[in-house]
Amino acid sequence: MALPQEAVQEPPGIVSDLITRFGESTRLQTTVDDYPTVWVERENIQDVLRFLKNDADTPYELLYDLSAIDERLRKHRENQPASDFTVFYHLISLSGDHDLRVKVPLQDDDLQLNSVESIYPVANWYEREAFDMFGVRFEDHPNLKRILTPPLWEGHPLRKEHPARATEMEPYRYTEEFQDAQQEALKFIPEEWGMSREAKHTDFMFLNLGPNHPSVHGVFRIALQLDGEVIVQAVPDIGYHHRGQEKMAERQSWHTYIPYTDRIDYLGGVMNNLPYVMNVERMAGITVPDRAQVIRVMLSECFRIASHLLFYGTFAQDVGQMSPVFYMFADRERLFSIIEAITGGRMHPSWFRIGGVTQDLPDGWYEMVTDFCDYMPKRLDHYEKMSLQNKILQRRTKGIGAYNTAEGLDWGITGPSLRATGSDWDLRKNRPYSSYDQFEFDIPTAVNGDSYDRCVVRVEEIRQSLRIIRQCAENMPSGPYKADHRSTTPPPKERTMEHIETLIHHFLNVSWGPVVPPCESETLVEATKGWMGFYSISDGGGMAYRSRVRTPSFPALQQIPFISNGFMVADLIAIIASIDFVMADVDR
Amino acid sequence: MFGIEDFWSYALILPVALGVLLGALVLVWWERRLLGWWQDRLGPNRVGWFGSLQALADLIKLLTKDDWLPPFGDRVFFILAPVIVTAAMLLAFVVVPFTPVLVIVESNIALLWFLAMSAMAVYGVLLGGLSSNNKYALLGGLRAAAQMVTYEVFLALSILGVVMLSGSFSLIDIVENQRDGFWHFIPQAVGLVIFVIAGLAETHRLPFDLPEAEHELTAGFHTEYSGMKFGLIMAAEYVALILLCCLIVILFFGGWLGPSFLPPVVWFGVKVVIVINFFILLRAAIPRPRYDQLMSLGWKILLPLTLLNILATGAWVLATQG
Repeated sequence: MALPQEAVQEPPGIVSDLITRFGESTRLQTTVDDYPTVWVERENIQDVLRFLKNDADTPYELLYDLSAIDERLRKHRENQPASDFTVFYHLISLSGDHDLRVKVPLQDDDLQLNSVESIYPVANWYEREAFDMFGVRFEDHPNLKRILTPPLWEGHPLRKEHPARATEMEPYRYTEEFQDAQQEALKFIPEEWGMSREAKHTDFMFLNLGPNHPSVHGVFRIALQLDGEVIVQAVPDIGYHHRGQEKMAERQSWHTYIPYTDRIDYLGGVMNNLPYVMNVERMAGITVPDRAQVIRVMLSECFRIASHLLFYGTFAQDVGQMSPVFYMFADRERLFSIIEAITGGRMHPSWFRIGGVTQDLPDGWYEMVTDFCDYMPKRLDHYEKMSLQNKILQRRTKGIGAYNTAEGLDWGITGPSLRATGSDWDLRKNRPYSSYDQFEFDIPTAVNGDSYDRCVVRVEEIRQSLRIIRQCAENMPSGPYKADHRSTTPPPKERTMEHIETLIHHFLNVSWGPVVPPCESETLVEATKGWMGFYSISDGGGMAYRSRVRTPSFPALQQIPFISNGFMVADLIAIIASIDFVMADVDR
Repeated sequence: MFGIEDFWSYALILPVALGVLLGALVLVWWERRLLGWWQDRLGPNRVGWFGSLQALADLIKLLTKDDWLPPFGDRVFFILAPVIVTAAMLLAFVVVPFTPVLVIVESNIALLWFLAMSAMAVYGVLLGGLSSNNKYALLGGLRAAAQMVTYEVFLALSILGVVMLSGSFSLIDIVENQRDGFWHFIPQAVGLVIFVIAGLAETHRLPFDLPEAEHELTAGFHTEYSGMKFGLIMAAEYVALILLCCLIVILFFGGWLGPSFLPPVVWFGVKVVIVINFFILLRAAIPRPRYDQLMSLGWKILLPLTLLNILATGAWVLATQG
């Protein structure tokens, strides 16, 4: 099977290293994404991760993902240790360019294991999320509280017994007692947030920035402990935008989940479809035709530009420059008119399909796309003079919120925000997918890793995306836009009126959706804001047994306190503006 | 001693006050149109001819809105604050000569009166911020206090050069002094730049709108204000802008002076409109510095610069006139 993604090389000996160090109970599981997946005992998890981070031949610098799986209803678990719940850790070694998935089996009556927060700081929020969603307790965790659901939420949403639809639940009642209890639980007590009320000569002021605030880009709250205008501590609080994307993945068919993915990073449009459909294609063994791959690249890069333009405008706006955002919205509008002509949708076209794309490109697409590629660079030069070269803007953002590559990886930062620190890791180059290896483009990097550099890198990425789009337009392959495979959804319709078999097949695939053989797979792409990945588990049905969505914005917000403490409120705004996050991408 | 001159003064009060307020109303619309034009968008264009009645519609909305008082705030000062700002700004117009005759009070300390009134306005902003009992308003009020008190200093110092050249605090004398020589913006270019910067900070408009700083403090010192109390604060801001532009024209651009094919008052108006448009352009173009950056700009750069300007002007005046 020709994988759309890279062939990940098995790290020589890392698995046998683990087995020799941590005993025979360490077992290997095979997955279709070819990431080595090892099962370890829960007593060993801290030692295993410490070894992998510090002592492995090629250290695993990045704890990319951490979550859990409710295994209790899963039928196909061949060659896996028995467990009611499984906690998994996805580690990535950037230096060695390989992945490792570590799994820990847990039983329902004893649902706890040690926290790895002291080894990988990024684990802090991920462990809270796993606790919130599954009820897994992480011992020695400094702050194991609910993170996405409200403090008084009952149950753990991603457990299989938790209802997914309102119709499965009792009618909802909102009583006064309920409201009082909720309000009481939400009362701000500084000590609970790890803040102190006073120091030797100061009484601190607590400022609640958000969830409704002009500069937090959605419903995001930061509790601030202020000394004058200087931030002593900033504690981010999320969960106001949580919609249960992962739960919905378990009740939608593989096909009908596609529109939900659009709304994860709602500025990314079809960029969100890409990792999802590529993942399903890998699981179903579909090879996507060249034309579909290049169309996908072209549309994804269009959305990268759209997202970066919005970032650019709001970045300037948040440091007080009023006009740029309007110019950039106008340009974004031009782009949307192209996207609309091709897909029929604007921000959320849901246009990629399992096995290809919805439709072929319309007449006249070439002129529209190349016109835009001719138009945009001049505008970018203009914006650069207006914003990036403005001395006040530079003074507001240079040296603000800086971190280096190692710190970035500790906090799970990927994508442009990592490349602003000097790392040139880009999945499109390092692990080319969907025919990215056929394109010429550069990976822009910067050195200081501060707010200004994060903007510079993204602006340069717009230019590179334009290069890619032009190459797509000039070299668009001919051929089908959908794979000829039984799981392609909806299947090609040309022959449905000829044989009853194809008609039935079409009917089933459209109404029930395709059936994916039991397997596990994860696919990452270089999305607009960093690496975005879907880790899906099929139990041989028409729906995902579990679909994990790992988004770049989530860890980026967790990092905020560590790059903003000691700065002023105005700097915090510049930092937030430079992160480029979307709350829907954080809370999912 | 109620003479005929006094009668003229009294008769002028109402037209000037109404004219200025109407000017503020038109300015709100004009600024939005102009910004819309510069920013590739439409701006208000539905109500009336080119949207010109938009500001009036807004005014009606503000007047009929529920007059809410924050129950947690200090009622007296909360109500008083917008009154103080607006009153101070309107009172400053008492000494502004639109032409040699079109002036309510012809005073030989007119410039000092202007400075005194703009200092009064600080109280309004400060009290508004403090009495709201809101943390954003508090931060805005604090910023306003520091910023406006600081820039008060440069506002006063920057015009000393002009005063020295003219030998008078009377605005009419200052304009007349420009009749037979260069307008002051040439010998006093440094003074003009500092006056514009300080004036921006005084009127806390973008880029120096730190007391409001929408992106940081939501609405800063007037976070809790709504209805016509908010309307008064808005009005005061636009009146302050008009006042500042009038002063710039009088002090640096020869007031009503100009070739005689147009009457003086028209010259004055044209110049003021040009300066106002310049301020709107500044708002559209420049990002907002950080609070401490604004302060250090003031004390570390503007202060020495103003003092040098005064020194140089003084030396020049001594050399030529003394």
